[in-house]
Amino acid sequence: MRRVAVIGVGISRFGELWDMSFRDIVISAGTEAIEDANLEGREIEAMYVGNMSGGRFISQEHISALIADYSGLASINVPSVRVEAGDASGGVALKEAYISVASGIHDIVIAAGAEKVTDVGSASEIMDSTIDQEWEAFPGASLAGLYAMMARLHMHEYGSTEEDLAGISVKNHKNAVKNPKAQFRREIKVQDVLSSPYTAEPLKMLDTAPISDGASVLILAGEDVAGKYTDTPVFIDAIIQSSDFIALQSRESILEMKAVKTAVRKALRMSRCELNDVDVFELHDSFTITELLLYENIGLCRHGEGHMLVREGETEIDGRYPANPSGGLKACGHAVGATGIRQAGEIVLQLRGDASGRQVQAERGMAVNIGGTGATAVVSIFRR
Amino acid sequence: MLPRFWRKIRYRYNLIGTECTNCGKKFYPPRNLCPECRRKSRIAEVELGETGTVVSYTVIHDSSESYKLQKPYVVALIKLDSGPSVISQIVCNPDDIEIGTRVRAIFRKYGEDGEEGIIYYGTKFEPVI
Repeated sequence: MRRVAVIGVGISRFGELWDMSFRDIVISAGTEAIEDANLEGREIEAMYVGNMSGGRFISQEHISALIADYSGLASINVPSVRVEAGDASGGVALKEAYISVASGIHDIVIAAGAEKVTDVGSASEIMDSTIDQEWEAFPGASLAGLYAMMARLHMHEYGSTEEDLAGISVKNHKNAVKNPKAQFRREIKVQDVLSSPYTAEPLKMLDTAPISDGASVLILAGEDVAGKYTDTPVFIDAIIQSSDFIALQSRESILEMKAVKTAVRKALRMSRCELNDVDVFELHDSFTITELLLYENIGLCRHGEGHMLVREGETEIDGRYPANPSGGLKACGHAVGATGIRQAGEIVLQLRGDASGRQVQAERGMAVNIGGTGATAVVSIFRR
Repeated sequence: MLPRFWRKIRYRYNLIGTECTNCGKKFYPPRNLCPECRRKSRIAEVELGETGTVVSYTVIHDSSESYKLQKPYVVALIKLDSGPSVISQIVCNPDDIEIGTRVRAIFRKYGEDGEEGIIYYGTKFEPVI
């Protein structure tokens, strides 16, 4: 296996992009990535696209071909693969793209993610399709409802509070102010979160990431060719995907995310480093409780102590474990299939020193992308 | 939704799961393959009883279209006394439930496909008083 570098990053605006179609959004990110990588375009050998539900959001399947076409790659007949893994689609697309370069099969590939969600009114119901439809959704649970049960149990077992969860949302909003691509570039207060309506108790509207339009694109190259295009390659030292039981009722503990734990352990081993060597994190905060549980399951603290990190400010941008300098899913936006690539893109910008206004001094960064309630996890470690 | 609902109706109306007789582990929802024993799985149906304890719960305020008339309603993760866990609605006032509440299975309506469509029934729970 050879080392794989990220040589280009492109991220569209995230949000309610009423004036942009699916293909407009993809091209916006793709053009930026290709310019960033100094590519002509003809060098691209393959393309992997994370997209959760084109079929339901815009009644468009065959997304792979559509994107290749509008990216100008159909004329050179580049193979294109669409990857679906709920809201971990982007992370899994990145893993597939990584493997294709690491293996030596391709030299330069595109890893993309895209979602257009505002053309339908039932976006949150489509998001709920990442949970077990027959045995979770049928009895009336929603994605929010399942995370709410995790939150309730955490509060009961360990004494975390709704204020603690609100603190995560407040932090992510604060970080997003400095991110020009973010959906919500405004600060909020703990009280704003607490007074927002309940969606599934104890989770509220402002504990919940939006469902956004957006696309993100990374260009990967083998180490031997990366130098032709950039002086600041960022290497993917590890990218690991793991799975867990899809329904919460099948898991031994609903506060333990075994897919995350396994992927983190393997990723650290593959990149030959320890958690303390990682300087910046992008974590999948589909709900505030998701980010809190990730602190514990990644190993930033012990089980039952996630809220202490919040109280001590350890995951603020100037804390010991800066988490979501981009604003995370909550404030940068959650363009579903684009999110895993967007997280990786933020880490690359951070490691290159290109995250002006929200820059963390970092040599290594980690991205954690989750599907549904954690049945899919993708953990990647990057180094400059 | 209809075919896949109908297919497992036996397991929805009653708390019937499966058991791997090779290792003794019980499953709800039913599995045809034991994740521990895999190729050595020996699967048989098993009745899971009616009683259990609330592990965690939520009150759903923002529901899918099919449940909007019922909200707010209580959904819980229940650990059955027989071993497996189940996600189900609990028929009660949200104030009458907490983690640890003892509950019993009951047969209830879940919803319907419009005025002339099929009615969905299934297992819900109620607090044991």
